[in-house]
Amino acid sequence: MLEIRFHGRGGQGAVTSAELIAVAAIGTGKYAQAFPSFGPERRGAPVVAFCRVDDKRILARAKVYEPDVVVVLDSGLLTLIDLVEGLKPDGILIINSKRSYEEIMDSCQFNCRVGIVNADQIAQEELGRVIVNTTMMGAVIKATGLFGIDDIRGPMLDRFGPKLGEKNMKALERAYNELVIKE
Amino acid sequence: MAKERKGIEVSLAIAEAVGQADCDLISAYPITPQTHIVEHLSEMVADAHLDAEFVPVESEHSAMSVCCGAAAVGARTFTSTSSQGLALMAEIFFIASAMRLPVVMALANRSLSAPLSIWNDHSDTMMVRDGGWIHVFVENGQEAYDHVFWAFRVAEDPAVRLPVALNIDGFIMTHMIEPVDFEDDELIKRYIPEFRMEKPLHPDNPVSMGCFAMPEIYSEAQMTRERALVDSYATCVKAWEEWAAVTGRQYHPVETYRADDAEYCIVTMGSLGETAMAAVDELREQGEKVGVIKIRLWRPFPFDDLYRAAAGKHTLIVLDRAISFGGPGGPVALELRSALCNSPQAPVVVNYVAGLASRDVTVEDFKAIILGGKAKSAEGDVAGFTFYGLRG
Repeated sequence: MLEIRFHGRGGQGAVTSAELIAVAAIGTGKYAQAFPSFGPERRGAPVVAFCRVDDKRILARAKVYEPDVVVVLDSGLLTLIDLVEGLKPDGILIINSKRSYEEIMDSCQFNCRVGIVNADQIAQEELGRVIVNTTMMGAVIKATGLFGIDDIRGPMLDRFGPKLGEKNMKALERAYNELVIKE
Repeated sequence: MAKERKGIEVSLAIAEAVGQADCDLISAYPITPQTHIVEHLSEMVADAHLDAEFVPVESEHSAMSVCCGAAAVGARTFTSTSSQGLALMAEIFFIASAMRLPVVMALANRSLSAPLSIWNDHSDTMMVRDGGWIHVFVENGQEAYDHVFWAFRVAEDPAVRLPVALNIDGFIMTHMIEPVDFEDDELIKRYIPEFRMEKPLHPDNPVSMGCFAMPEIYSEAQMTRERALVDSYATCVKAWEEWAAVTGRQYHPVETYRADDAEYCIVTMGSLGETAMAAVDELREQGEKVGVIKIRLWRPFPFDDLYRAAAGKHTLIVLDRAISFGGPGGPVALELRSALCNSPQAPVVVNYVAGLASRDVTVEDFKAIILGGKAKSAEGDVAGFTFYGLRG
């Protein structure tokens, strides 16, 4: 089972990221769950969302406490929250940041694999606004190999319509290609 | 809609099922965590995907009143609520069953105030436990989807004619995206026959419903109500068998997991049953003879199914998700103690209350509860109940 925890701020679409990955995984014949950290929606406040993917039926009805992957949509959270809490030893932290690995490690001590992609810039260029949830999904697909990029096209177009959906796919593909992973 | 597996939020799957059931009238007031169900139904009606009346109202009291009126004229009727909404609806809730009106309600279970909490437990549904409705609990999205059809099928059966509450855990179910196998519309149409009220409210043929009752008749009215609910058991089971015949998915009033040779069983109701299964798998690997008993049909209470499931067990460890304040335990444990007390070699019943207001009950928690219950049973510490995992 692969377990993913998304960190973002209310309104950034962390839940949508988790949902689309789950829907795409189910589309490839896998079992998946996606769910928010249940509670009142608060725009701007730190929020988390969760996703589980497995080849067999998933029984757990609890939050993800020991994720394989942690995704950070908002680099402002890096020093605010213990992002790697519970992260499995062979897990990966995927960060949206314009900074380099070395710059990030100046202020943070992450003792794990770290993936970095400048999703803000990609989203600005491809979508015209800094909404990075779909962009960051490209980084997740690259880092996990859960499924191919084409497997998420259907759910993406269903959600955003053909025009905006294709723009989001472009942003996702760029993040897939531009993700840098440091061991 | 054609047969298809979809990754979908459970609330939306429920709304789609209500649409596939060709519901005639929906009346509801939005309340977290039920909101997505009625929001989606409202969209379906507005977009002409569902030919139904959607009656927005100013309160849940009115929502159930509208549903009662609609069912009385012979409309297939649906509503949904949670927690405080159910509390406000309570007056009419009892009337719906007394008047034998087959309303179907998705009850997205949520804690009752105070303190104010939007999260999930069973305190709301236990408030109306004695309201004369059929109560069923589901534990995943597929079961929620399937039981929408089952609820209409049972409620509207001429032998039953009672409202059905489909209990789904708020958030844990309603806000979960997971795979659901949708069935095609033709299958649904065959499964739920057309609803006909024998004596509907109609201006051409006036009838009186919900009359005043003198003491000479009140007891008899309650007796027929009790009998109708108890007798609905047969239709509940028949409708599950019919569903299994066409979909292959079989449900039972009480279900068990690895319980045949178990000495200790954890008893659950609702969505935490699956987590309990995972805990039992792990404990079995450690050599513990443990299993799960899951109560699906809460009203009418399936006594014989419980007796069969409990036979030969040393101890039942009951997880309750509500409290009967000042009483001897949680509602499910009370039920089991009462049902089993006169049966020979009745198992010991140990009661834990956990998972209030969506506090997680993880696999590790379940293991601790099962082993803790086993230890309590050995020590004879079995009266009342224990709050699991209290802080401080």
